[in-house]
Amino acid sequence: MTADTSLPPRINAVPLRHPWRWVSAVIIIALVGLFLYGAATNPTYYWATYSRYVFDRRVSLAAWNTIQLTVLSMLIAVVLGVGLAVMRLSPNPVLRSVSWVYIWIFRGTPVYVQLVFWGLFPVIYRNIQLGIPFGPSFFHFSLQNLSLFFILAVIGLGLNEAAYMAEIIRAGISSVPEGQTEASTALGMSWWMTMRRTILPQAMRVIIPPTGNEIISMLKTTSLVIAVPYSGELYGRAHDIGVAFFQPIPLLMVAATWYLAITSVLMVGQYYLERYFSRGASRKLTSKQLEVLALAQRAVEEHQ
Amino acid sequence: MTAMVVADRVCKDFGALKVLKGVTLTVEPGQVMCIVGPSGSGKSTFLRCINHLENISAGRLYVDGDLVGYRESRGKLHELPARESAKQRRGVGMVFQHFNLFPHRTALANIVEAPIHVKKVAKAAALQRGRDLLQRVGMSEKADAYPAQLSGGQQQRVAIARALAMDPKLMLFDEPTSALDPELVGEVLNVMRDLARAGMTMVVVTHEMGFAREVADQLVFMDDGVIVESGKPRDVLSNPQHQRTQAFLSKLL
Repeated sequence: MTADTSLPPRINAVPLRHPWRWVSAVIIIALVGLFLYGAATNPTYYWATYSRYVFDRRVSLAAWNTIQLTVLSMLIAVVLGVGLAVMRLSPNPVLRSVSWVYIWIFRGTPVYVQLVFWGLFPVIYRNIQLGIPFGPSFFHFSLQNLSLFFILAVIGLGLNEAAYMAEIIRAGISSVPEGQTEASTALGMSWWMTMRRTILPQAMRVIIPPTGNEIISMLKTTSLVIAVPYSGELYGRAHDIGVAFFQPIPLLMVAATWYLAITSVLMVGQYYLERYFSRGASRKLTSKQLEVLALAQRAVEEHQ
Repeated sequence: MTAMVVADRVCKDFGALKVLKGVTLTVEPGQVMCIVGPSGSGKSTFLRCINHLENISAGRLYVDGDLVGYRESRGKLHELPARESAKQRRGVGMVFQHFNLFPHRTALANIVEAPIHVKKVAKAAALQRGRDLLQRVGMSEKADAYPAQLSGGQQQRVAIARALAMDPKLMLFDEPTSALDPELVGEVLNVMRDLARAGMTMVVVTHEMGFAREVADQLVFMDDGVIVESGKPRDVLSNPQHQRTQAFLSKLL
């Protein structure tokens, strides 16, 4: 037998067929079509009302309020959550205990109850005053005169969510191998610098996906702020409009449409964030790096 | 001239487990000391004590004349604040068995991380020095690669450059080639050999007897938390006096 030294031809195999995937897809499309037909022809959905209100100015303003509630409360939650998680893992027992008690209380009571409490806050504490106790006062304002319910809703949602974010961030921090801390320590970094420069950036890869979930979940939890009571957000406003002329269903559909649209935008943002923080996590080369390597390989081959 | 490392009956225990039981040795500036011994003999723990990654339980340990991890006044030891310990560590470079490079930073960014953020060196100067160091360990081509895209030997060479970037007066190597494929061991040992020739003071925990014989000024054989035998590597390796050393070396060959 003579050895054939030429390279064999590229494999060009017949791809595997999947007939059952097609069958199941057809069945599902048929079922969805039936449901959509039923919904379109059912008069109780009041599609005319739906299309009249879906881009109503009051509704879009309410959606904007919902976004503000979500973003502001998540900002509080992330900043406070990082602080709580770092405290929870710190070598200082005072910080550790404070963080533990905070999470115990805010995770251990329902968010609805907490929101009601924040709504009653101006009743419990009538004034906020900044100064030396029994001495002069530098700053004073009455909580009675202001319509603070939006701010109280943000605080209520943010402080509650911080407890959950703290646990997510703690899990992320714990997922970073111990060798990373040792290498940083050996280079003379302080504990806090090690956290900030080495541990947290690596923990982000683990923290981002559940945080995306939390933001989407928060978007919908904002519908509970009626407990404060604040009803300027999407669900509260849609409900108020719909109830006024006894057609709640089309207005619910309006609110659902907006929630779904905002969630979809958030999902796109999450995709890009995840991609950014997973850099260096895989040995898979980027398309740019592969291109450079292929070029180099071709240059070597041509040279031979 | 002060000795670089002075260990005076250093003991270390983790609860009831005694890992170091009185280790005494001296490393002079410019010397290379290799520590060999079976696993669990305390060699790595001793190395970690030099860098104060572990607190010693008894005895005294000095690096360049400074007591490690403590301040002594009026016959009593006081724990050093974290800031002071961090300052002590800056003069000591450490290379780990599993490299421990920062996976979210490129090779070059790994090297300049501590000079820029700990030593507050100007960014341009640090980057220039980083490129020089990469060239010194033969890795200039890979400055922008992430650790996951490098072989083990390449990662360890970057890790050595990272430690050198802090201009340490002492380098500690904790089994630097034990996690490498056999064909990659040589490239790392070459870098270490060059470093020794350039006059760096080094303490190396290793299983590479060939390297120890060639490069080390002193060889220490540790077993069960004590130094069993030490001396010139040629003498210890070819004519071991102690029975435990003989048993260990015969298993190795």
